[in-house]
Amino acid sequence: MADQMADHSIETKQTAVYVYEAPVRIWHWINAFAIIALCVTGYFIGSPLPSVSSGEASDHYVMGYIRFVHFAAGYIFVIGFVFRAYWAIVGNSHSKEIFLPRIFSKDFWDELWHEVKWYSFLVNEPKKYTGHNPLAILAMHLMFVWGSIFMIISGLALYGEGAGMGSWQYQLFSSWFIPLMGQSQDVHTYHHLVMWLIIVFAIIHIYVAVREDIMSRQSIISSMISGWRLFKDNRPTDD
Amino acid sequence: METFYDVMRRQGITRRSFLKYCSLTAAALGLGPSFAPKIAHAMETKERIPVLWLHGLECTCCSESFIRSAHPLAKDVVLSMLSLDYDDTIMAAAGHEAEAIVEEIVTKYKGRYLLAVEGNPPLNEDGMYCIIGGKPFTDQLTYASQHAKAIISWGSCASWGCVQAARPNPTRATPVHKVPGIGNKPIIKVPGCPPIAEVMTAVVTYILTFERFPELDRQGRPKMFYSQRIHDKCYRRPHFDAGQFVEKWDDEGAKKGYCLYKMGCKGPTTYNACSTVRWNGGLSFPIQAGHGCIGCSEDGFWDKGGFYDRLTDIHQFGIEANADEIGVGAATVVGAAAAAHAAVSAVKQARTKGDND
Repeated sequence: MADQMADHSIETKQTAVYVYEAPVRIWHWINAFAIIALCVTGYFIGSPLPSVSSGEASDHYVMGYIRFVHFAAGYIFVIGFVFRAYWAIVGNSHSKEIFLPRIFSKDFWDELWHEVKWYSFLVNEPKKYTGHNPLAILAMHLMFVWGSIFMIISGLALYGEGAGMGSWQYQLFSSWFIPLMGQSQDVHTYHHLVMWLIIVFAIIHIYVAVREDIMSRQSIISSMISGWRLFKDNRPTDD
Repeated sequence: METFYDVMRRQGITRRSFLKYCSLTAAALGLGPSFAPKIAHAMETKERIPVLWLHGLECTCCSESFIRSAHPLAKDVVLSMLSLDYDDTIMAAAGHEAEAIVEEIVTKYKGRYLLAVEGNPPLNEDGMYCIIGGKPFTDQLTYASQHAKAIISWGSCASWGCVQAARPNPTRATPVHKVPGIGNKPIIKVPGCPPIAEVMTAVVTYILTFERFPELDRQGRPKMFYSQRIHDKCYRRPHFDAGQFVEKWDDEGAKKGYCLYKMGCKGPTTYNACSTVRWNGGLSFPIQAGHGCIGCSEDGFWDKGGFYDRLTDIHQFGIEANADEIGVGAATVVGAAAAAHAAVSAVKQARTKGDND
């Protein structure tokens, strides 16, 4: 048994690359918790908890706290996103991937197709990447980046309604975004729908991260904790 | 030249009542006491602006609301401003005589009269779904609007389309600002089904006295009445923040006057002054009467699913479903797909490992 393991470690000598810089990792996890808080509280704003049936209104503040958490997490999400966009400018090449996918390069689409085949069990081995694979980049760009931008604009537009016409949230967001969507009710509906889009994204994101961690040729989950991408074989990378 | 003041005196309104009206109007418009003499001065010296009040596809609830303007003083005064011209519901003239008034005003006061529109024109079949005096309403509207100084869109019909414009809108009922041929006229929207009486009289008074629109929001509504939601000033708001909701129409919460949010109240998405100005002389408003707001002053309120649903129905998905039903459905499908994919992946992984060994 011991011999076998020793053999194995020689066979698959691992190399490592530093991919996710500390600010990206910290942002990733803060953002993840902000999204969880936003989804849970947001759901309960749309469909409130059973009525508090006792006492004066001044004795309770259930909706008030739920909405406070939603707004606080919302600001963390917004500030985090702005910071992350800034880091895409000043950070390393991997930090730019999800913001600017190379959609005009033929290689990008060829590799994306290869990745689709890998997920359809049509090829036996995925390609090897230091950063994200093209399919992941496209999914993150379309669902996460644009989903987040939509949630930030619609969220601040809804917040501006309560903050009032003089507030910067109203001036910068509510004033044009609400008429663009139709009316306030429509903004609520789309804000709600895109929440589900982000939940669907999260399900896929987590499933794929676990699966790739097991089946791909590089580490995934631990990389978002340590920043280091470990490779399981010695062949050259594909990106 | 006949001024507003002349008309009022002729209607039997005393100077004392006139001055009271001026200070009340100043207060209603949020202008402060120093504006009362200015309003009085304007009404004494300015030529009375004629108002044409046209009716298209509508239910006359705007007129009905208007004539119930809570303060009788305001009602008398504003009616004396308006009734002398054209409003086919309340004017004395009828038939050809009535239609002649429109012609007369348009030629005599070219570019100086106000055009108030209640209801909207149906554009399909050349407008034959609404005929006034033997001609399509569309023609009357575009003709009168050509030479108007400005247009007031009364109510949700003229502002947004309202129920006659509900999907699939067979007559193509079209709100005033979207009617081709209206020209580039300034339009003020006073939405509501109907709008609050005091809001209507205040808007008319403001325009007539200052000869300009009050400050409007991006969608053309006067900010002084449409800048806040019903929810922002609702007297049941503390129950909302506390999490005290009516769950059923006959439950304890309903009796205690808890928040109607879960019963589909559209207060949080509706811009209007109901929760401050209220109705019938400030007596009550729908939420105070125990029923949620239906959002009647909002664009498209007639096509947003049930008045008693919190979450809006989304028709694009074929069957009626709200955001949560669609979202849970999508998440379930994706979750199941991920689980199935994981199972196949596991089998495959096991096999590959087997091959390697």
